[in-house]
Amino acid sequence: MDHLDELENQSIFILREAYKNFKNLAMLWSIGKDSTILVWLARKAFFGHCPIPLVHIDTTYKIPAMIEYRDRVAKEWGLNLVVGKNQKALDEGMNHEKGRLVCCEALKTNGLHCIMEEHGYTGLILGIRRDEEGTRAKERYFSPRDKNFEWNFKDQPPELWDQYKTTFADDTHIRIHPILHWTELNVWEYIQREKIPIIDLYFATPEGKRYRSLGCAPCTGTIDSTAKNVDEIVEELKNNTTTSERSGRAQDQEDTYAMQKLRARGYM
Amino acid sequence: MGNNGSTSELSSRLLRLVIVGHVDHGKSTLVGRLLSDTGTLPEGKLDFIRDICKQQGKEFEFAFLLDALEEEQEQGITIDTSQIFFSTAQRKYVIIDAPGHKEFLKNMVTGAADAEAALLMIDANEGVQEQSRRHGYILKLLGLTQVAVVINKMDLVDYDEKVYSKIRTEYTAFLDSLGIEAREFIPVSAKLGVNIAALKDEMPWYKGPTVLNMVDQFEKKPPPDHLPFRFPVQDVYKFDERRIIAGRVESGKLKTGDRVIFSPSNKQAVVKSIEAWSVPEQPNVATSSESIGFTLDEQIFVERGDVCSLMDQLPIVSTTFDANVFWMGKRNLEKGRKFTLKLNTQEVECEVVDFKKAIDASTLETLTNQDYIAKNDVAELTLKTRTPVAFDLFGSIATTGRFVLVDEFDVCGGGIITTYTPATKSDKLRDEVRTRDFNWIKSDITPDERAYRNGHRAALILVTGDPSSGKGPLARILEHSLFQNNFQSYLLDRRNVNLGVGADLDDPKNSGESESARRLGEVAKLFLDAGHVVISTSNAFHQEDQADLRLLANPYQVVEIQVGSQSSGEPDLVLSLDEAQNAKEASVKIQNFLKEKKILMGHNYSI
Repeated sequence: MDHLDELENQSIFILREAYKNFKNLAMLWSIGKDSTILVWLARKAFFGHCPIPLVHIDTTYKIPAMIEYRDRVAKEWGLNLVVGKNQKALDEGMNHEKGRLVCCEALKTNGLHCIMEEHGYTGLILGIRRDEEGTRAKERYFSPRDKNFEWNFKDQPPELWDQYKTTFADDTHIRIHPILHWTELNVWEYIQREKIPIIDLYFATPEGKRYRSLGCAPCTGTIDSTAKNVDEIVEELKNNTTTSERSGRAQDQEDTYAMQKLRARGYM
Repeated sequence: MGNNGSTSELSSRLLRLVIVGHVDHGKSTLVGRLLSDTGTLPEGKLDFIRDICKQQGKEFEFAFLLDALEEEQEQGITIDTSQIFFSTAQRKYVIIDAPGHKEFLKNMVTGAADAEAALLMIDANEGVQEQSRRHGYILKLLGLTQVAVVINKMDLVDYDEKVYSKIRTEYTAFLDSLGIEAREFIPVSAKLGVNIAALKDEMPWYKGPTVLNMVDQFEKKPPPDHLPFRFPVQDVYKFDERRIIAGRVESGKLKTGDRVIFSPSNKQAVVKSIEAWSVPEQPNVATSSESIGFTLDEQIFVERGDVCSLMDQLPIVSTTFDANVFWMGKRNLEKGRKFTLKLNTQEVECEVVDFKKAIDASTLETLTNQDYIAKNDVAELTLKTRTPVAFDLFGSIATTGRFVLVDEFDVCGGGIITTYTPATKSDKLRDEVRTRDFNWIKSDITPDERAYRNGHRAALILVTGDPSSGKGPLARILEHSLFQNNFQSYLLDRRNVNLGVGADLDDPKNSGESESARRLGEVAKLFLDAGHVVISTSNAFHQEDQADLRLLANPYQVVEIQVGSQSSGEPDLVLSLDEAQNAKEASVKIQNFLKEKKILMGHNYSI
């Protein structure tokens, strides 16, 4: 068993625990590489099927190619896709010019709350990873949120021997993070090994630019790169580990503790 | 280890390393220093931290690399465990920074439970402290015995060898008492980078490895493929035509064609296929830590919690066992209160029946006359579960020999199973029944064929209640009425069993009662094997004996019909005294119930 196998087996175990313990479960699919491998891992865990609905939060500011890719893959893989939007905030003209953190919270966090309430989801599977940033490094695989969707990072449940928090008081919901222990490089190596079709925004344009992390068009920048395919991205990451993956994500740079503040209030 | 294929495969995987120790002894600083000295940090990260420190008017603090939470940086302590990746020239690591403050023990446990090796930090200036000892004990309980001790802040004691030796002697004695042998005691200054990545000149008396050399010497545990096969069932899927038993191999190996047995139900079947999606070729072997699924040749009832093993290497099945437990709950762990035990995928109510020894984990002193433990303490105790669980001793198969305890909604304790002696009568009986069932010589006529001919499945009908309830006459009428419907019914009277099979028992009513019950159960089992509906009125039995009868009748169905409201166990059907008075009508009601339960099916399944 090599390292990727180890990661894959652990993620499958977590997905199955989630599926067994939470009947009203949904998986967040941002169309990015991480949540896309999550869908792939679910199909591995459930032998070709994905019995968990996929929620996509549409901020309407996403890069258009992402929506095309989403609809095509959902059809090919037979996925149950649920699209959520914070229509009220959009009608009131919410955009990043009102402040990046304000906008993220309104369109993403609150958009997510709306769809979860509408469908009564009590468990949400997310593709976040520990190596992305400091507060995610402190996450649990099964992480409770209170009725206001808040994360009490100062009092997290213990997690040992693959026993997770699966019982909780009413009004709590659980965030489940099956690829928490993967790194960015692991994700690309896995895409390479499994030949997972990934959106081509990650690949370098002839002008030498590519997205390393995907988000809303106004707040997501490209990096300089010549990596035109998965193999070349893997090579690029192996040789260059000194810039951070989320360096193209403007909201992270708004404030020293930006991610902690966003995440404590329910951001992914 | 030789330089063969398997070695390079092992070293290509990453090692999970935890840093533990008392608060403020420099754990986060060591991790920060390791990251910085191995060039693992992203560009700009050190400047970023430098800026935060400047903002807060502090000296540069390596710990901020991990202590990302605002509260952690303000107070200068680690609140939660953090995991961060780094690599040496040798291999890759996940480094787990565990908090050292007593308040955050559960976070320390979370970090350490996942690790394969540990660095335990001791401040040279403060010496061995409360958490130095408690963390040592917890490591032992977690089965993490690959430990090196790092004596930090040597710069504050002028790099004095005497200080180092004193701590080394004191802590070695402590680890000895736990049965842990530290791989090395490394004197360092994490803040100044002494003996972290390179040996510096400050301590010429120290000839051992640097921290970095030390971690590269830690070994990956070989996968437990050589141990008996254990597969706790996680779920059963029926997404398409396949009925797939899903779970993870905890130890050992499974091949297609293996005959497997599920504990505690003792059901057996043969593995027909090992299933997988999007793989180069369909597997026919599965080994430890693989999350797999398989199909069986027979559609036996299997559910989450069952433990699958091979025939000749069974797990222990019991309701009682001894364990070492550490406690992290806000409320005490005490006798008489019910908790949920989670052992692999099994979940069952349990309680502590005996505190053998309550221990203060910070001193290892025994807390005398104490039959509870409070947060942060440990105990040697006996647990009893409501229904039998399948497990192994932690010393033989670690992954199936450990459990957590849940109080209300929260995991509050963890434990390892140290010993098991079939203490109770029913444990002994369960072992006997298991041996009996495995060695049972099966007829060429299958139970299904008998059921088809007889119009019913074999079942034991226990009619319970007060002697004056009228259950005796009811049982006789039931036997007769079933017989008239061409069913194979037999009223097995305990007195008849005692007259012959039990003739050698001195006093079947008193001391020999449980033996008498056992014999009745074994005779019933023979009738059941012959396909009969066996009826018994067991008023003289204790509830315990009734449980024994259920056990002995395995794998056949037992239906308990209780006459009157007097509660005994968990009856399947309750008849009021008035209802029982009209025995004919009561008998019809019972038969309807047996039809519902698919015990009576009618000849050629005509019902």
